[in-house]
Amino acid sequence: MTEPVSGQLGTGDPAAVVSDLRVVRGGVEVLHGMSLTVESGTVTGLLGPSGGGKTTLMRSLVGVQIVASGQVDVLGRPAGSAELRHRVGYLTQSPSVYPDLTARENLGYFAAVLGAPAGDVDRVLAEVALTDAADRAVSRMSGGQQARVSLAVTLLGAPELLVLDEPTVGLDPVLRADLWSLFHDLAGRGVTLLVSSHVMDEATRCDRLLLVREGDLIADSTLPELLVRTASEDVEEAFLKLVRANRAEWDGDR
Amino acid sequence: MTWRITWATARRALTQVRHDHRSVALILGVPTMLMGLLAWMYSDQPGFFDQIGASLLGLFPCVVMFLITAVTTLRERRSGTLERLLAMPMGKADFLGGYALAFGLVATAQALVVATLSLTLFGLDVAGPTWAVILVAVADALLGTALGLWVSAFAATEFQAVQFMPAVIFPQLLLSGLLVARDQLPPVLEVVSTVMPLSYAVDAMKHLTTSPTVGASLWGNLAVVLGFTLAALVLGAATLRRRTP
Repeated sequence: MTEPVSGQLGTGDPAAVVSDLRVVRGGVEVLHGMSLTVESGTVTGLLGPSGGGKTTLMRSLVGVQIVASGQVDVLGRPAGSAELRHRVGYLTQSPSVYPDLTARENLGYFAAVLGAPAGDVDRVLAEVALTDAADRAVSRMSGGQQARVSLAVTLLGAPELLVLDEPTVGLDPVLRADLWSLFHDLAGRGVTLLVSSHVMDEATRCDRLLLVREGDLIADSTLPELLVRTASEDVEEAFLKLVRANRAEWDGDR
Repeated sequence: MTWRITWATARRALTQVRHDHRSVALILGVPTMLMGLLAWMYSDQPGFFDQIGASLLGLFPCVVMFLITAVTTLRERRSGTLERLLAMPMGKADFLGGYALAFGLVATAQALVVATLSLTLFGLDVAGPTWAVILVAVADALLGTALGLWVSAFAATEFQAVQFMPAVIFPQLLLSGLLVARDQLPPVLEVVSTVMPLSYAVDAMKHLTTSPTVGASLWGNLAVVLGFTLAALVLGAATLRRRTP
């Protein structure tokens, strides 16, 4: 069993509180009354199969999602409040940067929009290991590099909460390990990170876990707690047991 | 509206244009070539090119800027960059203002090149002052930019965005007085033509074609064109949503 890398637990108020969140997209209810908290100063993993509502939950936290009902508070304010726009960084699943500009031009622009200090562009380029490719057009980069340019944008300024949708997908293992250690460095400085992944193994890198399936939260705990509670060897097994238990409970109710 | 963000957006849009050498060549080259072609066509009918030349000088930037803006803004909407910007401290006015500024500058460059070559090399004779011709051309280009921004909200693909050009611009062109004088149109169409911005753009250029002075009628027409531009920008702003389904 692997211990969470940085066990720093939240001090004070949670970074995000979601209560009874319902979201309907395209006439289909995607989140069915979800409630959870994200402890501040942690790396919280949002894990589950794709199509389970991870992205919708993240969009709701950032305040770009129209929600049907429920309450989403981020850093003590309703999600999407104007003053949160400086304090929350959001990484979408597909890179949202300008492919015809270089990495440096992209970052320079977003830094200007955020009013980030002058040295920030070089700092974030180094943090995502792109200093050498800084002056290459994004369209000429590999998929992994494009994803890192997009990630670098979220690191500009001084965000207090980072909402990262699958930031490590498709990266080589060395880079992935580097990014996870960057995430923990950031958490050590008091930044809260919510990181989604459909790769269950990444659970070992997170301080806390939120397991999501078909629009419901099926677990909210640390990895050790989860494994003990479900008597499982790994997250994959725990996930299966939780789904079966839920189903049995549901059948029992009927 | 924050000037820092508006200016950064304009600079970024101009950098994108600068990287795209072929588009720069098309923006400057195509209207110039068309004006040259027109001058050549009417080379045996003196006076005819002078009659419509100035009006077309105002229409080309409008059409080109409409297309460029519609496609560029659609890309912003679809690539996720617009959503990212609107989740940042970016005002809608900053976004639209930045684009209007950037493409206004591109349009100014285009109008300068096309007007200079038309007035010298192609022998276009315009009674009014050259600066006024360029001013009207830039106003027309801004109108095209604003209409393109607005229309991009209704297009799901770049293919659709391009199809909006004949839908939005061509009826205005037909009724603008370029083919048939507006007072000779059937009454219903004449009324329709008075609520179309391009009619005023053509009127402004027609004024400059024949009158050596810049009078109240020119400023009036120009004001109407800019009024439509502002209205289209406001409509465009309404289509920029921070929250989406």
